[in-house]
Amino acid sequence: MVQYQSLDRTFSALSDPTRRVILDRLGRGPASISDLAEPLDMTLTGMKKHVRILEDAHFVTTEKVGRTRVCRLGPAQHEGLPSGGREPLGELEAWMESFRQMWEERLDRLDDLLQDIKHQSPDNRHDS
Amino acid sequence: MSSSTLVAEPGTQEIVMTRVFDAPRDLVFRTMLDPQLIPKWWGPRRLATVVETMDVRPGGKWRYLQKDEAGNEFAFNGEYREVSPPDRVVSTFEFEGVPGHIAVDNVTLEEHDGQTTLTIRTVFASVEDRDGMLNSGMEGGATESHDRLAELLAEISGK
Repeated sequence: MVQYQSLDRTFSALSDPTRRVILDRLGRGPASISDLAEPLDMTLTGMKKHVRILEDAHFVTTEKVGRTRVCRLGPAQHEGLPSGGREPLGELEAWMESFRQMWEERLDRLDDLLQDIKHQSPDNRHDS
Repeated sequence: MSSSTLVAEPGTQEIVMTRVFDAPRDLVFRTMLDPQLIPKWWGPRRLATVVETMDVRPGGKWRYLQKDEAGNEFAFNGEYREVSPPDRVVSTFEFEGVPGHIAVDNVTLEEHDGQTTLTIRTVFASVEDRDGMLNSGMEGGATESHDRLAELLAEISGK
């Protein structure tokens, strides 16, 4: 259940376009709240809220440096994390992969079946 | 062959799969809705799938059972909401192991030059439901890099 809750947080953190822009920006290096807010024409308070959500979902870590709060991508700062520390995108990716595999197998089998049927009836039997 | 593509749209809690078959649309439509053929493709190869009910019409029910070698049984059921040959079927999906969590599968078929593109848009009630249904191993690799982040973001935001 803990897994589900954390995956839920992952999805909802990523569901917002602004937060995806923030992650994209932080992928190029750390930035302050105002660095993030400015190009998006957002208030600092609004940006803090988004960063907080990304922080809760473990995408982002923040650190107070003097008077500014520096944000950076979380997981990359935790290489060598003990096994308990799951990374949100690892889970999301694993989940999507298992879903993809389920459908992949199902559709592979459907494909095989369609080819068998086609070969049995070259005219594709438009009646039935 | 692995020509399927998957796009997850987190904001809408949908997942869209597409696949191209080298077969005309009529044939794909009939094959997918033929109760005698369901056991040949619907489940994973390692499980035997049995069609208990399959009443293909709006409001009609379906129920499939899957059995593994140890005799464990898994049941799935749902209801057809729309059956519009040759290109559209909407049905609900419930895994009885996690009852009450219902997803809606929207299947659309498009034919082009004798090939058929199948699109399945699955709408989940919640993210939790997706996981309960799939019971997937969440033991994904614990490594993460900015490259993978960028890739995945591009994928899920449909860039």
